[in-house]
Amino acid sequence: MARTGSSRSAFPPDWWARGAWVVLLVYLVYACAQLELTPARFATGLEHGAKFLARLFPPDFKRWELLLKGMVESLQIAIVASALGTLLSLPLALVAARNLMPVWASWPARAVMVVCRSFHPVIVAIVFVKAVGFGALAGILALTVASVGFLGKLMTEAIEEISLKQVEAVRATGAPFASVVSYAVVPQVFSRFVGFVSYETDANLRNSTMVGIVGAGGIGGTLFAAFQRFDYDFVCAIVLTIIALIMAGEVLTVQVKRVFKA
Amino acid sequence: MSAALKREWRRFTPAERIGRFVVYFCVVAAIVASLRTVEVIPEFLYDAPEQIGDMLRRMWPVAWRHYPEGVHGPLMDSLHIATLGTVLAVLMAVPVAFLAARNVTPYAGLNYAAKLILVAARSVNTLIWALFFVAVLGPGALAGTLAIAFHSIGFTGKLLGEALEESNRGTIEALEASGAPWLSIAVKGYWPQVRPAFWAIVLFRWDINVRESAVLGLVGAGGVGMALDTALNLFQWDRAAMILVAILAVVVAAEVATTQLRKRII
Amino acid sequence: MSAALSVRGLVKEYAPGKPVLRGIDLDFAARGITAVIGPSGTGKSTLIRCINRLVEPTAGQVIFEDRDLVKLNRAELRSARRRIGMVFQEYNLVERLSVMENLLCGRLGYVAPLKAWLRRYPARDIARAFELLDIVGLGEFAQARADSLSGGQRQRVGIARAVMQEPKLLLADEPTSSLDPKTSVEIMGLLQTLAQAHGFPVIINIHNVELARRFAERIVGMTGGRVVYDGTPERITEQHLKEIYGGEDWLE
Repeated sequence: MARTGSSRSAFPPDWWARGAWVVLLVYLVYACAQLELTPARFATGLEHGAKFLARLFPPDFKRWELLLKGMVESLQIAIVASALGTLLSLPLALVAARNLMPVWASWPARAVMVVCRSFHPVIVAIVFVKAVGFGALAGILALTVASVGFLGKLMTEAIEEISLKQVEAVRATGAPFASVVSYAVVPQVFSRFVGFVSYETDANLRNSTMVGIVGAGGIGGTLFAAFQRFDYDFVCAIVLTIIALIMAGEVLTVQVKRVFKA
Repeated sequence: MSAALKREWRRFTPAERIGRFVVYFCVVAAIVASLRTVEVIPEFLYDAPEQIGDMLRRMWPVAWRHYPEGVHGPLMDSLHIATLGTVLAVLMAVPVAFLAARNVTPYAGLNYAAKLILVAARSVNTLIWALFFVAVLGPGALAGTLAIAFHSIGFTGKLLGEALEESNRGTIEALEASGAPWLSIAVKGYWPQVRPAFWAIVLFRWDINVRESAVLGLVGAGGVGMALDTALNLFQWDRAAMILVAILAVVVAAEVATTQLRKRII
Repeated sequence: MSAALSVRGLVKEYAPGKPVLRGIDLDFAARGITAVIGPSGTGKSTLIRCINRLVEPTAGQVIFEDRDLVKLNRAELRSARRRIGMVFQEYNLVERLSVMENLLCGRLGYVAPLKAWLRRYPARDIARAFELLDIVGLGEFAQARADSLSGGQRQRVGIARAVMQEPKLLLADEPTSSLDPKTSVEIMGLLQTLAQAHGFPVIINIHNVELARRFAERIVGMTGGRVVYDGTPERITEQHLKEIYGGEDWLE
């Protein structure tokens, strides 16, 4: 006894999703054409790449003093920028929290944070190099601006997710605003903040290795110069050191989060 | 009345105190050490407002006319670089993520190797990858696309691996018990669980890559960065301003787009 | 005997033209437990919250310690709130802080913010905190994190926090609504004991009429935003309850 009439499909097709995939595929082909990326170029590219790798190894650490100086400067830039960025983000994030502050205060604060993170740190570094000259100061300022933008956004989102009931209770005891913040807001967001600051310090460490390319201090300048001199063995040494430093940074971050039970 | 026993109140255990103290001390020491030794020339700092004012004056009026012939093409190129680079990164990251996830690949050696690849990839900045690829392949969009792709594997693979490690063991067990081949388990067991996280990661990465792709041209890897580099070298500040405004517009549009897409897909 | 708290002509409109409180006039003596009963939505919670201005009244006066609370500015309101303790339906403890830190929240109105942040409270406050913990039966829990406690235990901490303020008035907004019957009785008993020992009046907003009858010396019945009954528990009759709550089924 067959069931006639409306046929039931076990897996009804999702036409929207299929359409989206088709659009994506068409776009990819189009984009490749626009950029003149042909499979042939890929192939030659791979060949070149293999030959190039041979030139990279073995890494050359002969000029380790120069390498060390650049790395230390990058580290300093990252540390100071993270510290300054955190210091500036905390009050800004509090003011930008829509659940605690009136609109005329939170809106400008949010606008400041959006502007800070809209520009790539390298572009901001170029501006600061023009403003304060070559060197680490430009790098520090550029990364501080980026930190305020990203840290501020993360912190504000965390503050806006807190339970306001706890805030209400502390307010009802007649506590001044500063105490309301330190007893009802901070405990709810502190461990997340530690995570954010660790993440941002990590990101600054990465970024500090490249702002030197535009003259804002750190190992980036040394690296750029090495590329231009075709000194690829030295390039390899620098890149390996960068990788080692960032790996160490990530391990440290995990430990710090553990101490604060983030 | 037990008057003698005055109870004391301690906020943290002694072990916790030591841990926190060590961290605070190291942080402060690092900051102080860095501040003392970093070279800052005060005169430049005082000069800064004037310099910035000078730069802003030269940027105004913004060279809007320059957009159609000098900016639009390279700007679209940057978008293509960002998108293609992200797609390539995702394609490469998926197998590595599967290798790195402890519950998927139970061989510690492979886990470590995969994780090492991911760490190395993300430790090297997109800009540095770009320098590398420009040296290998010559200047142009191919170098830029590969730079974005190779850097993005690091984050995409790491986040995907973590999402895989958080998937429900029970679901996979059920599929294994029914004798399903490995590929089917991947598609029907892991993929549905990881799907929301996957799209979130891809969108997030694409958003960041749009920002990154704009500056790759500074080292010759294609896109609007090359126009910016030219304008800066020739001190054409008004054109540079035009390019910056265009970049800003694209970045904001991308952020809005990802927010909208996120609501639809996830 | 002058009243500890006087409410005069209190009106509250959340939306214009739709008043939730339609002019409340009440006086509260300096001792005793007053239970405010009535159906949901009738403004009991609004009334309680208007007293310490967690909700801003639309019109009327709230006279406490010879001052109209409605007219006070922020700083004066804060100083008045120090003398008014509040217990909440959902306890509203700071979950990630320890029980001791939650208790000391009651002193935040008296201690400078910097000292509070550094946890430097006067020794007297700390000693009192330990005493109160013993009285509410949580002496061993000083270091426990607030979110590791059961509902009844959390409400005890909430009550202790309010008493730490050395209040001249205690407000309780449905303190037992989230608790099981046995714990509810314990909490009401605790409120009664502390109120008698320390000599402050208590105003409880409660929807369980039996508990109100058992523990309060005075019952205020509200319906439709107005007071319709004000007297002792003994004199409240079924007729009164019908008027307050409407319908007969629930009385069976």
